[in-house]
Amino acid sequence: MGGTTIAVKNDTGPRGGANRKIRILVAKPGLDGHDRGALVLCRAFRDAGMEVIYAGLLPTPQQVAQMAIDEDVDVVALSLLNAAHMTAFPAVKHELEARGGSNILVVGGGIIPDEDRKKLESMGITGNYGPGTPLKTIIEHIETRVRNERWRTTSSGARVRRKP
Amino acid sequence: MKMNSKNTSNYYALKLKEIRRKKSESPRPSKSYEAWKKQVYSKFASMSPERKKEFRNTSGFVLKPVYTPEDIQDIQYEKDLGFPGSYPFTRGIYPTMHRGRLWTMRMFSGYGTPEDTNARLKYLLKHGETGLSIAFDMPTLYGYDADDARAMGEVGKCGVNVSTLDDMKTIFSDIPLRDISTSMTINAPAAVLMAMYVVVAEGQGVPLRYLRGTTQTDILKEYIAQKEWAFPPEAHMRIIRDMMSFSTREMPLWNYISISGYHIREAGANALQELAFTLADGFAYVDLGISAGLPVDSFAPRLSFFFDCGMNFFEEIAKFRAARKIWATVMKEKYHAKDPRSLLMRFHTQTSGVSLTWQQPLNNIIRTTIEALAAVIGGTQSLHTNSYDEAWALPTEKAARVALRTQQIIAEETGVPDVVDPLGGSYYLEWLTRELEIGAYEYFDKIERLGGVLDAIKTGFLQREIANTAYESQKELETGERKVVGVNSYVVKEKRPINILRIDEKAQRVQVEKLKRLKRTRDEQKVRRALEELRNAFLDPNGDTMPAIIESVRARATLGEIMNVGREVYGNWAEPPLL
Repeated sequence: MGGTTIAVKNDTGPRGGANRKIRILVAKPGLDGHDRGALVLCRAFRDAGMEVIYAGLLPTPQQVAQMAIDEDVDVVALSLLNAAHMTAFPAVKHELEARGGSNILVVGGGIIPDEDRKKLESMGITGNYGPGTPLKTIIEHIETRVRNERWRTTSSGARVRRKP
Repeated sequence: MKMNSKNTSNYYALKLKEIRRKKSESPRPSKSYEAWKKQVYSKFASMSPERKKEFRNTSGFVLKPVYTPEDIQDIQYEKDLGFPGSYPFTRGIYPTMHRGRLWTMRMFSGYGTPEDTNARLKYLLKHGETGLSIAFDMPTLYGYDADDARAMGEVGKCGVNVSTLDDMKTIFSDIPLRDISTSMTINAPAAVLMAMYVVVAEGQGVPLRYLRGTTQTDILKEYIAQKEWAFPPEAHMRIIRDMMSFSTREMPLWNYISISGYHIREAGANALQELAFTLADGFAYVDLGISAGLPVDSFAPRLSFFFDCGMNFFEEIAKFRAARKIWATVMKEKYHAKDPRSLLMRFHTQTSGVSLTWQQPLNNIIRTTIEALAAVIGGTQSLHTNSYDEAWALPTEKAARVALRTQQIIAEETGVPDVVDPLGGSYYLEWLTRELEIGAYEYFDKIERLGGVLDAIKTGFLQREIANTAYESQKELETGERKVVGVNSYVVKEKRPINILRIDEKAQRVQVEKLKRLKRTRDEQKVRRALEELRNAFLDPNGDTMPAIIESVRARATLGEIMNVGREVYGNWAEPPLL
């Protein structure tokens, strides 16, 4: 196991740095080797200017969370097609929190029924896009979440940096 | 990239030269097509432009507006096509094809507990299915028991869970194994599941020589595409070698391997890549059998194949025809097979899963129908048709029945199966068949220069080829260059368009409970002894692992326990970086 970084670092501030490139870990945290979608996402994120780390095959939720901390990512993007998302996605979130990574954003995708989507959103796992979603939609969702994490809008409408 | 220069005169390179020479030596094309194109076509198209600047199929071939006798001048009927049942079998492997016996309607099914699956199998048999095909869940596919930490949340979700011999017994309870053929989609732990089937058959009093069916077993395509392995490639290949020897000796009707293009295609490959990589795997297994000391004709007749069938109708039909021709040619010319059955490519087809859309799922019935029709015209021996709800979940009974009915309608109402290879002779189809053949030999040559399939896997060449095609195809979808109805065109808003099958968490509880019970009641000493024997068999590279696996199953060792011995002996395997 072990991630592969596929982009050159050129803005290496700490996580939360205002203009740092989005650093994202793509992972399938379960017994699911169907990696077509994950590999396509990795390349699409890279082409969108993100620094991408792919977790490799069959990582456990613990391994995914540890990798996210070690690699100092902004976002963990999870994908599963094997109907185990209700077990695996919350497990990653939980493991992140246990390791002091509660400010790392978690997004998900796969074959996720509506009722599961609502439950995942309430845990802070957003996106949860299904098959056929345009890559653009997914990328914009991630960019928006990262922007909102780094910046906040004051009551007067001004955008100010959140504390990292 | 490592090039092996001494392989530049390999069989495939020579074959390629031969086909190309023939093509260039064939009589000069007459002027009629060029004349038509210039005088009639171009004039018309300049006033009324075509829909696209360029038309391409999935394999990337640029398509002409029309094909004529000029495009197939170098194709000789008896040498390149032959009659059905005659070399090189381009038109079909049997003289009568579907006029004699229809293809086997084999619906892939399995979910939840062994009890759930037993009920579904009986339902399908009652509705006219003619062969069984079992889908296993992810823990089973990777060789973990239901109570393993890695199995959390996954038991029974994507197929049925089998942790023990008793599970296998339950799946086939009241189903006589003497009368039915069973296909099991299982790869990394294929030898263990085959051993379980053997022991269940013994329990039903059925001699092994009567057992008909298939274990998928094809580990090469796992490394290439589906990524479900347990050990490093050499260890799996060695166990497959033992399965080959055992089946050749004891189970003459068993297809111990189903060399699969399906997963390669679903992982993103185009039709040409599916054809080429699958056949390259096939030849690697022939090499394996020969290296085990088996004469080629003793095992080759049992090698069977499994292809995808996508939406590009003519390209798919051409793919099946090219596959038959290449297999027969290479088996005869390179491997010197003498038994005519060694030349016959028998294959199962499944309609394309990735072609199904989550959006407007009823449209999937139409997609599956078109794909099934191509598979039938392509001469498949058995067929699985996907259900319209499978982009959502495992199929409901209702959806599975529509899928089966699709095959029955093609069989009974269309007249399509009444004539063998009915599109043979079409200028377009014959041209496509030959272009796919040439493309496949180009890939074989490239793979050979890399040192063979195993090296092409270890360097990541095959995986990267597929990932590149997948990404390009996704980009075409994003730009709208490739249209999918309901996804990037003719989109509607819909709220939960169908009811889907939900697998509850009961399966995990039930299966874990059964394992606890088993471990309380079995003879632990017997289990430990059997697993020790198994370890010794795994450690001895020249030994035969099959008897030790069967004995472990008989002693009531679980799937996970057996696979863990292998994991301890062989270790795991990490794939090369693909990005």
